[in-house]
Amino acid sequence: MIEVRGLTKSFGSQKILDQVSFQIDHGESVVIIGRSGGGKSVLLKHLIGLLQPDAGQVIIDGENIVAMDERHLLRVRRKFGMVFQGAALFDSMTVAENVAFGLRRHEHLTEGETAKRVAKTLELVDLPGIEHKNPAELSGGMRKRVGLARAIIYEPQIVLYDEPTTGLDPIVSDSIDKLIMRVRDHLQATSVVVTHDMRSARRVGNHVMMLHDRRIYANCTPEALFDSPDPVIRQFVDGVADPEGTQF
Amino acid sequence: MIQKLGFGNRVGVDWALMEFLGRFAFAEWLEGLGRITVLARDAFVSFCRLKVSWKDLLYQIYFIGIKSQSVVLVTGAFTGMVLAAQTDFQFHKVKMDTATLAVVSVSMCSELGPVLTALMVAGRVGAAIAAELGTMRVTEQIDALRTLATHPVDYLVVPRVVASNIALPLLTVESMCIGIGASYVVGVYLLGIEPAYAWWNMLKYSGDADVMIGLIKSMVYGGIISLIGCYKGLTCNVGAQGVGRATTEAVVYASITILVANFFLTMTLEQVCVILGL
Repeated sequence: MIEVRGLTKSFGSQKILDQVSFQIDHGESVVIIGRSGGGKSVLLKHLIGLLQPDAGQVIIDGENIVAMDERHLLRVRRKFGMVFQGAALFDSMTVAENVAFGLRRHEHLTEGETAKRVAKTLELVDLPGIEHKNPAELSGGMRKRVGLARAIIYEPQIVLYDEPTTGLDPIVSDSIDKLIMRVRDHLQATSVVVTHDMRSARRVGNHVMMLHDRRIYANCTPEALFDSPDPVIRQFVDGVADPEGTQF
Repeated sequence: MIQKLGFGNRVGVDWALMEFLGRFAFAEWLEGLGRITVLARDAFVSFCRLKVSWKDLLYQIYFIGIKSQSVVLVTGAFTGMVLAAQTDFQFHKVKMDTATLAVVSVSMCSELGPVLTALMVAGRVGAAIAAELGTMRVTEQIDALRTLATHPVDYLVVPRVVASNIALPLLTVESMCIGIGASYVVGVYLLGIEPAYAWWNMLKYSGDADVMIGLIKSMVYGGIISLIGCYKGLTCNVGAQGVGRATTEAVVYASITILVANFFLTMTLEQVCVILGL
């Protein structure tokens, strides 16, 4: 279970998150939406301890990770897999080496077993047979899938997605959404997806949190969010720059 | 002090500005020094826990040691050659030609070999480490490492620091040998020094202590180059400009630190040799 209590974060004089609190139960699929630069990725990075908050707590399965040092955090991070916005593949390694990275570091498998697991995971993300390619040879969608394969190969309990469909065409975005749902069902893992793609939010989440004005503005089901008459939510859902022009 | 100078006039403003910048730069320098010390401690602890990736260590030894051969050989050879020529030009005036190789040998072993090798490796390897780690930082690859439950110090810093500490002494020995060999060729075949006397004098005035001093220095410089390169890469600002700046700073700071450290090492190690009677 993930619990966030009173999380506050500033960069210089700019406050990004102010007293953010929420809870995500095991197996839930939560989508965090909000405007660009609104602090969604910052919030996501706090969940895995990549950023330290100015105040507040992040509690993972009863342990406050804010108080932990980097070495103790490594143990907690084994519960996580994270897919980065730009995939963040290691460009000095092949696809197979990227995907096998977590396995090789933490599980003592033979090369044959590792290769089998890599092939199976690449098949799960619809990219069979690309083990020997370099990340530079892959398209944006393929890179994100490889990033996902790397994140899920050791079957984490929690998978974090940082804008998984940003910069992709609608067809590839759709396939990534289906993949997120497939991984969620296959691993029975908790999913936290940061996005501003409303179509994606409706499909992959069974819970949606909207970050607005440095706080959680809405925390509800996708249906409740999309049916909400609240002008701030409607403006975001309908994608209207000028609220006066919004038709209710 | 600022008030005494008169804050309202131009001189006062300049002094205040200089004092502010001085304090700011000093604080920044001190903070950087503290962070590098913490990084060195983390790397040492990680190494003691055998968290190092042996495959990466071997690759780094290859990259720092084998790939630096050409630059170290050329630097060592031409330094030995020019030192032999210049020393002989001066010694010839006082009929001390046969002492030329002794001067070259002592200089190459205890000073020029380790320092010039370190400066050349700082330019090649320090820059490469800072650029590689800096690029990894701005493309979130270091964050990706951390999400994969891997400490960046274990995976990135330790192999580079250990490899530098292994490769630098070996490169320095190579530089010493090639420098002395090249000086022999120039001295004997070009400047006409009597080879037997030159060789005898060289062996008489160069000792194990000179070689030991050179090797100890090279190990320290190896640590300086890799730690500053890693620190600059891991803390670089976002963007291409940030990586460029980190690369430049890694080379400049490593080179300055090597030259400053060389003075203190020379004084300290000479004293140690005197105490030990070497």
